[in-house]
Amino acid sequence: MANASLDYQKDNWLHRNRMIITPWLFLLPGIIFFVIYVVYPIAESFRVSFYKWDGLGVPEYVGLKNYSDLFKDRAFEISLINNFKWLILYLLAIPAGLLISLFLNQNVRGIRLYKSLFFFPFVISQVVVGLVFSWFYLPNGGLLNEVLAVFGMGKINVLGDPKLATYGIIAAGLWPQTAYCMILYLTGLNSVDPEQIEAARLDGAKGSRMLWHVIIPQLKPATFIAFVVTIIGALRSFDLISIMTNGGPFGSTRVLSFYMFEKALSEYGFRMGYGAAIAVVLFLIMLCFIGYFLWSMYQDEKGR
Amino acid sequence: MHSILKTSVAAGATIAALSGPAFADLSGDLKIFSDMSNPAPRAVIEGMVERFGELHPDLNIELTVIDREAYKTQIRNFLTADAPDVANWYAANRMGPYVEAGLFEDISDLWAEPEIAEALASTKGAMTIDGAQWGVPYTYYQWGVYYREDIFAELGLSAPSTWEEELANCQVIVDSGRACYTIGSKFLWTAGGWFDYLNMRTNGFDFHMQLAQGEVAWTDDRVRATFANWRQLIDMGGFIADHQTYSWQEALPFMVNGEATAYLMGNFSVPHFREGGLTDDQLGFYQFPTIDASIAPAEDAPTDTFHIPANASNKEAAREFLRFVVSAENQTLINNGENLGQLPVNAASGVDDDEFLNAGFDMLSNNATGGVAQFFDRDFPAEMAAAGMEGLQEFMVFPDNLDDILERLEQTRQSVYE
Repeated sequence: MANASLDYQKDNWLHRNRMIITPWLFLLPGIIFFVIYVVYPIAESFRVSFYKWDGLGVPEYVGLKNYSDLFKDRAFEISLINNFKWLILYLLAIPAGLLISLFLNQNVRGIRLYKSLFFFPFVISQVVVGLVFSWFYLPNGGLLNEVLAVFGMGKINVLGDPKLATYGIIAAGLWPQTAYCMILYLTGLNSVDPEQIEAARLDGAKGSRMLWHVIIPQLKPATFIAFVVTIIGALRSFDLISIMTNGGPFGSTRVLSFYMFEKALSEYGFRMGYGAAIAVVLFLIMLCFIGYFLWSMYQDEKGR
Repeated sequence: MHSILKTSVAAGATIAALSGPAFADLSGDLKIFSDMSNPAPRAVIEGMVERFGELHPDLNIELTVIDREAYKTQIRNFLTADAPDVANWYAANRMGPYVEAGLFEDISDLWAEPEIAEALASTKGAMTIDGAQWGVPYTYYQWGVYYREDIFAELGLSAPSTWEEELANCQVIVDSGRACYTIGSKFLWTAGGWFDYLNMRTNGFDFHMQLAQGEVAWTDDRVRATFANWRQLIDMGGFIADHQTYSWQEALPFMVNGEATAYLMGNFSVPHFREGGLTDDQLGFYQFPTIDASIAPAEDAPTDTFHIPANASNKEAAREFLRFVVSAENQTLINNGENLGQLPVNAASGVDDDEFLNAGFDMLSNNATGGVAQFFDRDFPAEMAAAGMEGLQEFMVFPDNLDDILERLEQTRQSVYE
């Protein structure tokens, strides 16, 4: 009897393939949600971008017209350029975060307090950061102009000047992002191998050589994460723009995510197809980074 | 699609039922979605619901007040998915998308009733699309120039009625170290008000409406003439600096502190001036001056409205609520100084005794012979309005970019109205 039941178990298809099926079963809930909330919306965005649709009536198929319109649209061009400004300048958060974490990575009285103060901007909402910075930049009575006046410089209206406004918002965004990178590096520094530092010191390395050849290579995992979160942060810079300038003055601070929202969902928008076309372009840009991240993680896993 | 077909059949049935005596006892649920979320309007809609409920004790009224800005995007969802029986919105082109999509109920039958037809005649045009009416107004308010009477007196100026007087006044004001006008154009629409007035004074109401309908090119010489007039004020330093950074509320202190002497604004700004400490002796109002004497004056007077969604379930009660809203008695009450502080639309209702309401009522009834427009972003289709207002803001900061701006707007016009 016992043998018979064992044979039965062995013959069971489920049992025979359990090494293959189990991981899939564990993955299944994740895959279902990923398909519903990520893959399907992406496919739907691609589909909607071929239509002219106001969100209410019947969509009208227009082929690639939304895309050809995009490339004639100056507002889109400005948004795209601004996106690249964000991507490049936002990376400054990484060296700045590293610098602050090196500075804070010491044992003095009250260091926990200093660390939390530096981390503070990341804890508060982006909306508050935006408000604080827009008051800081106020042309009348803002702190920035008061400080400039001390040095005998004239007033500038950062957020009202189409040439400066984007940089003004990026500076505001760097404040919490630097704090984020700092915390990543602080945890990274905890895992730096003291023996290697000792050895390097015996070999006569110190200062910047020690930093460059011994510390930073060991911080590589932290740098990778900092890079990932900073790129993601730069590409979703929506809230600060909405709070600080609302895309203005005359559209000079828009980025793709903001322009997509304006065209598809804001008070004067509801060009769903056009908005979807912008979303697709943004997705393709993100895809470059996503591809790179996946590739480098894959390389890491393979190396182990 | 199915549900729309079904409800239009249902709607027909309701209309047939309604052709009987209108004062049948109402029962069931009445669901009202409102955007009257600021404190005073909120009290008004709550008061209206309460009084309407007393008239119809068997009716279970459910009121949902939604933040005014959030409402503008939510309306699209709830009109299609979970329609209330009554909803707020705005007149003119702003209701176009919902009318075209068949989401608002045709209520021409209400407008055919003698009381409504006569009492609301002034706004019938703004509620009409494709020869039918789609909602009823509950309030409107005038736009015009609010100015510092005391500073004008100090400088020996009087309220201008012509463009020459306006420019002469402004020169004196600028020479005294102030700006003639405060404005906060961060959210763009305030610049739309300036364009409305300048264009209606320079080219007249009919031309302005042709432009709104997309029948005239933005590069037209007549449009350029409007901008040339505007530029006179800009070049002489008539507007406060850095206005692109301020919201309209943030621009108020310039007027209250006397750094600017006037504000082209809607009547909803009056409580803010008063809260800022300006007394009625300091604050004055005048109609936007004439530019071309041969052109009849036209005014902006945005009208706020109630509608019945096409997918509503209790249209009988909804119609009765609309009748209640537009009644002379109700409109007198909700528009008085203690409530909305605006103008009633019903011709038989009384205007509260307030300096600015009286001035506005007088101006709109006697001195707006050219016509009454809604507002830049309600008369122009949404996409044109958005691009337009952005261009207007840019013009106010960099007037030299005009050619480039007009080219861009013309491009937008050609794609919007095709």
